[in-house]
Amino acid sequence: MRIPLSVAALVAGATVLALAGCTQAAESTASTADGAFTLYSGRDEALIQPLIDQFEEQSGISVEVRYGNTAELGALLLEEGDATPAQVFLAQDAGALGALANAGLFATLPATTTDAVPAGFTSTDDTWVGVTGRARVITYDSEALAATDVPTSVDAFTDPAWSGKFGIAPTNASFQAFVTAYRVLNGEEAADEWVKAVAANNPVIFDNNRAILAAVNDGVIEAGLINHYYWFAQAAETGEANMRAQLSYPEAGDAGSIVNVTGAGLLAGAADDADALEFIDYLVGAKAQQYFVDETYEYPLITGIDAPAGLPALDSLVNPDLDLADLDTLEDTQALLGKHGLI
Amino acid sequence: MTELLIPPPETAVPRPPARYHFGAPPWLLALAALCAATAAIPLVYLVVRTTEAGLTDVLDTLVRPRVLQLTVNTVLLAAAVTLSCLVLGTICAWILTRIRLPFQRTLLLASALPLAVPSYLAAYGWLVWFPHLNGFWASWFVMTMVCTPYVTLPVAAALRGASADLESVARTLGRGPLRAFAAATWPQIRPAAIAGALLVCLYSLSDFGLVSMLRFQTLTWGINAAYGASFDRNQAALLALVLVVLALVVVAGERRSRRQVGGIPGRSTMPARAPGKTGPLFAAVLLAAPIAGVVVPVVGLLSRLLEAETLRAIDVPRLVEAIGATLGLALAAAVVAVFVALPIAALAARYQGRLVAVIEAVGFLGHALPGIVVGLSLVFFALAAVPMFYQTSVVLVFAYVVLFMPRAIGSMRSGIAAVPASLGDVSRMLGLSPFQTWWRVTARLALPGIAIGALLVAISAMKELPATLLLRPTGVSTLATELWSRTALFEFGAAAPYAAALVLVAMVPAMLLSGIRGTAREN
Repeated sequence: MRIPLSVAALVAGATVLALAGCTQAAESTASTADGAFTLYSGRDEALIQPLIDQFEEQSGISVEVRYGNTAELGALLLEEGDATPAQVFLAQDAGALGALANAGLFATLPATTTDAVPAGFTSTDDTWVGVTGRARVITYDSEALAATDVPTSVDAFTDPAWSGKFGIAPTNASFQAFVTAYRVLNGEEAADEWVKAVAANNPVIFDNNRAILAAVNDGVIEAGLINHYYWFAQAAETGEANMRAQLSYPEAGDAGSIVNVTGAGLLAGAADDADALEFIDYLVGAKAQQYFVDETYEYPLITGIDAPAGLPALDSLVNPDLDLADLDTLEDTQALLGKHGLI
Repeated sequence: MTELLIPPPETAVPRPPARYHFGAPPWLLALAALCAATAAIPLVYLVVRTTEAGLTDVLDTLVRPRVLQLTVNTVLLAAAVTLSCLVLGTICAWILTRIRLPFQRTLLLASALPLAVPSYLAAYGWLVWFPHLNGFWASWFVMTMVCTPYVTLPVAAALRGASADLESVARTLGRGPLRAFAAATWPQIRPAAIAGALLVCLYSLSDFGLVSMLRFQTLTWGINAAYGASFDRNQAALLALVLVVLALVVVAGERRSRRQVGGIPGRSTMPARAPGKTGPLFAAVLLAAPIAGVVVPVVGLLSRLLEAETLRAIDVPRLVEAIGATLGLALAAAVVAVFVALPIAALAARYQGRLVAVIEAVGFLGHALPGIVVGLSLVFFALAAVPMFYQTSVVLVFAYVVLFMPRAIGSMRSGIAAVPASLGDVSRMLGLSPFQTWWRVTARLALPGIAIGALLVAISAMKELPATLLLRPTGVSTLATELWSRTALFEFGAAAPYAAALVLVAMVPAMLLSGIRGTAREN
């Protein structure tokens, strides 16, 4: 009977480890200016942490960060409600911020903070503030298409010539924001026709932007609708010269050229937390905005900072009179996509 | 590993039916019900959320053609993967135990290795080689390769313990090898095979990483979209309830088809025979899953690493810290899961009845749900019941237990069922108390089954991602979360050490698993 001893040792060891792990209790942070706060970041650690480090050094405030993806952290915050240990939520899309604002989870931000960002790129009621912008673009396979053959309008994808050759991610928040823009710009009837025609034109369905880009870069499909930022992230990893997928910006005025924003909100329980507010101000300040331009190739949203080189100017892209976080509108968009079987 | 042998009880006494036909003692029922209740937490949460949605919304959602399509896709994939794993796993187990191939130990070990590769990593690795892969057949193939060990290992263990007398008799009486195997040996390994198939089935119902990469839209795809784009928790809950219903059907079906084996007296095991000319063919079948489930994806990942322009220095302390956190959490989860699953397994192994069936089925529920649903349900539960443990390892380990307890229940139940109940009766007559009997007789003899359960839980916990992201203590990273945060940014160079470490760390329990025999054999 050699086994019981070895297994017993394993069990004992594991229990000790388990107990050791359990002692690591969560620290609760008070919602006042105590030189510390907790951030839920729906954006990646590799991009955000250097910025946090800069902020900590400059302000002397220590930031505890919980990284995750935006959708999951949004669901987490809804579930936590008032009990959340977080003071600030940094999100990758406006829809998630709008959902939390709708649930009454955000405090109203001071006008001094929100005024830094022009209308159309931030909330309409100061519940959250836009931090960076991401243009919707068409990515195309440069081995299959010449730059001049890339459509300048998303309307081209209803053409049977594109049947089965283009990719979309209809369950993705940024695609749905684009369809909303289409409805606002061109009217419900035109939007219905466009979605119907695209759905009938054998689009290749993906779960997210990144997968579309990978498929174009591998020559699986000829073109896809994504956010510009993903291309630069991959180019930074594999080298710009090695990118088979290239970007094309739809013509100004086309719904395909809208800008999605990332943003930040202050949780309701932290309404008076000066540390948390200082961080949000930092995000829409010149230093952080320049950091996003240099490191993530995103559009800065404040005046006085230039867009990354090679990108069309922000004001040449349309953001129609549209609240990116308006969930009622989002629901109509989802109903439209659902009607034609895309989601 | 090979030391993990115990003298087989069935060689000492002819085995009477292992199951009692009278009711279970109330204390055991109560204890098992309490343990099963932990697995019911997500169910309670889902019901609460769904009722919030209101009846009309529920009906509107349910009749949407897309929900039907997602459900059909889910069922098709789960059924196809389960069937192919059952067939391939049984064949592999048969080859491993009945054919004398060179490097037997290595082959056995290799057949366990796909367990160490997370399904999302396997799918990613295949896409590196074949970017066009997508849809039903691709998902079916990769998932089959990753899941086959869930059948191979328990069936190989059962085959080693199975008596070969009847099969020999059947052969003597003129049955062909296949028919003799089916008539005499299959009934003995059937519970193990079906228990393995159940795990495969529940896993393929609940997986999201693989189907998302290979673009096959199942219910988990719909659930993630409900959280990610609609921010609609209630709809997500409704879709998850559809998964729960599917899982209950599967668990009930498994219980029905798991006929109890009566005692098969006999001492001899089938001698392994030389492979002859068919050796290479056998080896090829055995190696299919390890090559498709481990080698292809891992080499694919490495090739991406070489392509990466920005090779980063490995942050060693950080990597070590993640390995430590992963190991600690997985071990804790394994130990706790064993204790929680034990009463349920003991009950299910020895007693019948509707109540027993319900308790066992509830214990299996967590496995059919995607990690994000279980994670959110525990956020809900922890904040309401034990707020002081919220965002500590306690709740995270608890989540692993809810998610992976079924893996422990299955193998522990088989292990306990294989211990003759009469041994316990003898021990009671000799004056030991029920607990002494349990500890000194049943638990010891069932130890291999218990160890298998613990190892399966440990492996699964190491690879888990969505619930870990939601519930981990702020600032704590596991290998899976580190890998996630790097692949999310295309940082293949930075991701590779974490992917390699995750596969290597998960290989340890996988290797241990391949060495444990589910039932004992003659020394």
